[in-house]
Parts: sequence; structure tokens; C-alpha cells
Amino acid sequence: MAQQTLAGTRIRERRLMAGLRQAELAKLVGISGSYLNLIEHNRRRIGGKLLNDISQALNVEPSLLSEGAEAALVSALREAAAETEKVTPELERGDEFAGRFPGWAALIAEQHQRLRNLEHTAATLTDRLTHDPHLATSVHEMLTMVTAIRSTAGILAETKEIEPEWRNRFHRNLNEDSQRLAEGAEQLVAYLDDAGDAAAGMTLPLEEVEAMLETHGFRFDGLVNATQEELATFVDNQAQLTTDAARDMAMTVVRQLRADARLLSLDMLVRHVGDGVVDPAKIASDYGVPLSTVLRRLAAVSDELLPMPCGLVMCDAAGTLMLRKPVEGFAIPRFSAACPKWPLFQALSRPMQALRQTVTVTGREAHRFECYAISEPVGAIQVNVAPLYHSYMLIIPLEDGGEAGSEVGSTCRVCPREVCEGRREPSLLA
Amino acid sequence: MGKNVLVIEDEPNIIEAISFILSRDGWSVATHSNGHDAVGVVQDAMPDLVILDVMLPGKTGFEILRELRSAAATQGLPVLMLTAKGQVKDREMAERAGASRFMTKPFSNAEVLDAVRELVAG
Repeated sequence: MAQQTLAGTRIRERRLMAGLRQAELAKLVGISGSYLNLIEHNRRRIGGKLLNDISQALNVEPSLLSEGAEAALVSALREAAAETEKVTPELERGDEFAGRFPGWAALIAEQHQRLRNLEHTAATLTDRLTHDPHLATSVHEMLTMVTAIRSTAGILAETKEIEPEWRNRFHRNLNEDSQRLAEGAEQLVAYLDDAGDAAAGMTLPLEEVEAMLETHGFRFDGLVNATQEELATFVDNQAQLTTDAARDMAMTVVRQLRADARLLSLDMLVRHVGDGVVDPAKIASDYGVPLSTVLRRLAAVSDELLPMPCGLVMCDAAGTLMLRKPVEGFAIPRFSAACPKWPLFQALSRPMQALRQTVTVTGREAHRFECYAISEPVGAIQVNVAPLYHSYMLIIPLEDGGEAGSEVGSTCRVCPREVCEGRREPSLLA
Repeated sequence: MGKNVLVIEDEPNIIEAISFILSRDGWSVATHSNGHDAVGVVQDAMPDLVILDVMLPGKTGFEILRELRSAAATQGLPVLMLTAKGQVKDREMAERAGASRFMTKPFSNAEVLDAVRELVAG
């Protein structure tokens, strides 16, 4: 059980369970028997449309065949291990644990995620307590009332001889201040109750946008001819978007992906992609479109167009990741800063220069990827105004066994590479 | 004693309480309740000590204090600052603005009396 079950092996197991011969399954999904044989012996990686076709032919969920579910579980266990300081889990046996005790492993992963969510909520509430002007004013008013009450009560208790008119006056003040304090306390409790309810479902706007994009597979081809009004209605109707901020951000992204679809239809790309070989620079040149458009569009349609789904990541000039389409084996950090060795960041220092690099992601899995990156200016060019740049990187999975290329990580905290000039903080895996 | 104290605070019942305990201790107490013209009131009255709240309508206690410290006549005037914010940054702001003493609400009457006596005694 020490070895992670591979997708090919699973396909073979499921095919045998279904009582199908290799040639029969190959015929059902439109590939040669020899190619299916290579897949089943894990000598060809599989994903996208072919994986869906095979899972359909075998009548199982694609996730049961892909490495996704188990790999995600092992990855979650590693993340959980990396964030603990008091115990030292056997990291090298994470996949064995997930394989032997998938239920317990899922429980740890689920609790780790829950802990993260709670930390996120706590951070949000702390921020609110610190910066919320309503709360600050309420607390200030209550402390002022308490001060008045304490001082007046002190006078009544400690002054031996006090004139009746003063005594009556202070009693009246005490009565007024205690009433105001009670009202203020009630209002504050009601406000905090509302804040707690709001925080329970709190997510960042970017997370909501990403959830929406994932639901639609980053594709909005159906909106190519939609009017602005129809586009706005579409965004308003997305259940994942719960805030105006998220809807505004989503509108920007959807507009861009729709514009990409207008410039590069799926048919246009199909003509350029033969045998799964992709040349984004040639596509950009042939159709006269920006390379960033090609990278975004290829990422969006890769599930249908290419043998393997591709990933995409975009950052602004500050290096903040603003758009993420995940791809298996290339972990894109959600909150922490990404590996500075990604071509994405190299492109920022060389605006308008297309970069193509083969990279291998650190770790035992060591997946290889072909990355294309470009940094392009945002908005209209203005005289004597330095443009801002957005950088895009398309991440194309490669088959095992070729040139390793540059070694890159996900983020320093979980990168096992000991010596790295790009390291900004110690690794928890060291 | 018979020395003069000016209380600049916008909460009337706190003004009343502080005025009472200081008067009983022999101080002559004047009061003011907004920040707009507080600097002018101080310069006109020239008290022996100012008790100054931070959160005032019109102008904050920090702003008032900075103006007092920038004028020759009030540069060395003892100022006891009162605030409901007890955070370190507020204390640091008060010190930077030139407060002689910083007191966090809620305080006791004895604490106010002790502070006033010490500050005026120098």
C-alpha cells in the first residue's frame, strides 16, 4: 500500500471489473488498443476528455480513476503536517496512511480545512474589531458611561458630608448613566451577534470569484453575443458571489474571458493544435492577438482541446496572485506568497517578452510542466505615465521522462529544497 | 490651594463629577465641552492645569495639545489627558503630543486627585 495507486492501474482494475477486454474499451473511447495499454501501464498520463470518455465507458466517476482524489488527500495531509509545530508526523509515509486509512486521512484533511476556515474567520473578526468605526465608537461611549458612573458612585460612597441637592443630583446622574449604559450594551450585543452571523460564511471576494470560475470551467463562450445587461444579469445570478465586491471582480474577469472567446474561437484553436502540440506564440502571431489572450484561452479550453487540462495563474506588478486555474501537480498557494522562481514573476522584469520554460515542481511527485509567461500592460497607454503590468502564465503538464528544466516550488513554507537563493522563510518540511 | 484647573470634556456627568471632587479638594474649576475653540479658552484662562479628553467634538485632544505645545505661553502647561482608548499606540500618541500624564477611562476619583496634585506640585 506504500505506493500511490496510479490512474492507469485504476483504469485497468475497473476495466477488468467491468469484464471488458482492452481492445473493447479502446474501441469504445476511440483510441488504439496499444495506446490504452500504455495508459494502463502508467506510461502515458491521462486526463481531460479521454479520462471522461473512459470513465463514462466504465460507468464510474472520473475522480475514481484520476489521481486527483487521493493526491489531494495526501497533499492536504502534508499541508496539515507542515502547519503543526508540536508533533512531527511521518511525512514520508503520508501516502501510505492515506491508502491504508482513507477515512481517518479524510477526517484529518477535513479538520485541517475547518481549522483554516476558523483561523480565517478569527482573522477577519480581529480585523473588524480593530478597524470597525461603529464598534470603536460604541466601546468608547460605554467606557465613558462607566467612567461617569464610577466617578459619581465614588463620590456618593466616599464623601462623608454631601449636601442634599448634590446627593440628589448625583443620584439622578447615576440613574441616567446606568440607563444609557444598559442601552449601549444591548445595542453592542445585537451588533456583535450580527457580526458573528456574517463572519460564519465569510470568504474573500477573490475566493468567491474563483469558485464561480471553477464552476464554469473558466469558459464563457455562451456569452460571446450577450449584451452588457445580460452579462450583468448572468453575474448577479451566480450563487457563489455573495458580495458586491465579488460581483465586481467577477464581472471584470468574465468580460475578459468573453473577449478572449470572441478573439479566439475553439475552431480557430483546433486548427492550430495538432497531436496535442501547442505553440501559443505562433497562435498569437497568426491571428494577431496578444499572447496573454492565447494563454488565457488555451487554459480555458484545454479540458476539451488538449490531452491534459492546463493551469493558469495571473499576478499584478506587486506579485499578488489574482487569478488561478489549478492544475494537478502544480500547487498554487492560496494565501501565502508563491515561489519567486516561477516564469510568471520573471516575466514581470521583462515586460512584453514571451517566456517559455520547462519546470519541475519540487517534491517526490516531481511533475514536469511547460510554462509560457508574458507580462503585458494594463489599460490604455498614456503619455509620461508608466504603465502597470499584469503577468500571465500558462501551465501545460508534460509526460514523465523528459528534460527536467528549472526546479520550482509552490511556496517556501512547504518547499523541501534546502538551498535556494529565492527562499524568503524557512521550510516547515526541512 | 486655590489653584485653577480647566476641564475640557464633552460628557456632562463626568464634568460634574470631576468638578465636584476637585472643588471639594480646594481647586477652582472651570469647564469647557468642545474642541473647536479649546485652545483659545486655555490661552484666555491660563489655568495651572488642564484636564483634556481625547475624543472631543470639533478637534481631538491630541490636536489641541499639539497646538498648546507649539505656543510659548502654554508650552510648559501641565496637561492630564483622559481617554477611553487604553492602547499602547494612544499612550504613545499622547506622549508624542506632549501630555504630562495619560489616564485611561474608567479611572477612580482618587487617581484623578493624585494626578492633579502631583502635576501642579511639579
